[in-house]
Amino acid sequence: MSAAANPILEIDQITLAFGGVKALNGVSFEVAPGSITSVIGPNGAGKTSMFNTISGFYRPTSGHIRFLGEDITQRPAPQRAKLGLARSFQNIALFRGMTVLDNIKLGRHCHLHTGVFDALFYYGRARREEVRLRADIEERIIDFLEIDHIRNAPVAALSYGLQKRVEMARALAMQPKVLMLDEPVAGMNREETEDMARFILDVREEWGITILMVEHDMGMVMDLSDHVVVLNFGEVIADGTPAAVQGNPEVIRAYLGSGDVEELRRKLRGEVAT
Amino acid sequence: MRIGAAKQSYAADEALFDSRTQRIWLGVLTVALVVLPFVASQYWLYLTCLVGINIIAATGLNILTGYTGQVSLGQAAFMGVGAYTVAVLDRTLGTPFFINLIAAGGIAMLVGMVVGIPSLRVKGLYLAIATIAASFILHFIFANWKSVTGGTAGLTVKPATLFGLALDSEFRFYWLMLPLTAVMVFGAANLFRTRIGRAFIAIRDRDISAEVLGISLLRYKLLSFAISSFYAGVAGGLWAYFFRSVTPESFPLLMSIFFLAAIIVGGMGTILGGILGAIFMTLVPEALKMVFGWLPNAAEMAVHLAPVRIIVFGILIVGFLVFEPHGLSEIWRRVRRFFHLWPFRT
Repeated sequence: MSAAANPILEIDQITLAFGGVKALNGVSFEVAPGSITSVIGPNGAGKTSMFNTISGFYRPTSGHIRFLGEDITQRPAPQRAKLGLARSFQNIALFRGMTVLDNIKLGRHCHLHTGVFDALFYYGRARREEVRLRADIEERIIDFLEIDHIRNAPVAALSYGLQKRVEMARALAMQPKVLMLDEPVAGMNREETEDMARFILDVREEWGITILMVEHDMGMVMDLSDHVVVLNFGEVIADGTPAAVQGNPEVIRAYLGSGDVEELRRKLRGEVAT
Repeated sequence: MRIGAAKQSYAADEALFDSRTQRIWLGVLTVALVVLPFVASQYWLYLTCLVGINIIAATGLNILTGYTGQVSLGQAAFMGVGAYTVAVLDRTLGTPFFINLIAAGGIAMLVGMVVGIPSLRVKGLYLAIATIAASFILHFIFANWKSVTGGTAGLTVKPATLFGLALDSEFRFYWLMLPLTAVMVFGAANLFRTRIGRAFIAIRDRDISAEVLGISLLRYKLLSFAISSFYAGVAGGLWAYFFRSVTPESFPLLMSIFFLAAIIVGGMGTILGGILGAIFMTLVPEALKMVFGWLPNAAEMAVHLAPVRIIVFGILIVGFLVFEPHGLSEIWRRVRRFFHLWPFRT
């Protein structure tokens, strides 16, 4: 799928410099609505920096980020969340002191309206809002991600794969328009990876959410993505459909440096485990 | 054993007390608290009132330090602000006590928010030092703004009056303290069932990802300071009506440490922790005094026993830190679980 006329998210000439080091250098790409777009690249290529710039941790040195046609480059992170940008983190960033349910509820934060006085008395609006939120989370998110058996468990007690799933649930509770997943299957076994891949596809199909992900698992990236962006040393070196990217000699060089090109081609196609 | 706990609706599952057993015990506790003033001696009633005031202040600190993760050593100074507000309003305008108490909370809240501003830049120990600095500044103001605070001599306060009845004895004050403490504690508990409380916990656990979830750190850190110092202000106002004299020395830094110790011993980040911690820190020294009084030759040994008592108290606190870092509320939770599972697994 090529980028549509009106991309939902548009990265325009983003440069991010830390002192003299340019983590990102004139990066531009577009995310089409309803697509699954993957950002890949060797370690240190600037993938996570890209994510952090989009979600608002870093202010780019120059360039613009447009979301739904609006320039959000100067907006602080919480406002971007409210607009509909949700993300998960590479190293899980759940709130360990809370149960699974509370973590997921937290995702809805910026769409709720309970004020301090409502909250202190838990009467009227606060109560209605909480019960409605609970119903929505139970029926749409917990059911969907099949985590009903752990809803009351403290997050710290869960396995890695489940924690990743809870993090995705929290991101879904944010009612995002674009869901950014930073290595959703890193460190997972094959079965967990397949589950996660299925959830990612279902999120797109059932909820119509656009997905932007960073991932190292080439098999998954090539199977799922409509569009792949390859970063190396902070620059976009290739941008296109999975098939086009796989054949790109520069991508192969970036991944391998030198050596057996055929072996790497197979790796990129996902025939050999990375 | 816990049985029949299945819920029919989400509202039932979200309830603060979700089982019948819990509600029965709550009823028993309420009855006990209502009967208490009729059976307890004046001395124990005095201690109970003090516990109530400390519960409000400790719960406030727990919201800020236990739940939001912002270490504060200014709680006593905020109480002082509340106490002086009550004293000054009482002398100048003579407004009814509940207006004074709300004003005490309100002014302490404003001061707390100003003191909370550094929390946007500094965390942990650095924030603790910043709040210590604030409490020294407040102490200086209490001692030197003589036209308002009466300087080192302080101010005296008339007892609160309710329906023309002066609340001038422990027995009468108890009926003001009890409902107020209950309302404040339930308010805090409710707070953590909603998005505001969850935002506080999120800031404590991982402030960076909280921001990405749409929680403005500026807003919620200051809100936490505001609520916490409102609690301190109300506690300070009650304190002023209880002791009926307010001096700059009434709210030393040591008292802030006392509250911090209370929530650590009780259990940070649990409502029950603030309550149990305040009870422990207020009553255990008294209990030790009683136990030591039973020793043979206690009267002759009194001079030596006083420091020993303090040492034993200190050892108890250290013991908690070492053996139960999650505090008394964790022990309580474990006891409850034992009864939930009994007789199957213990």
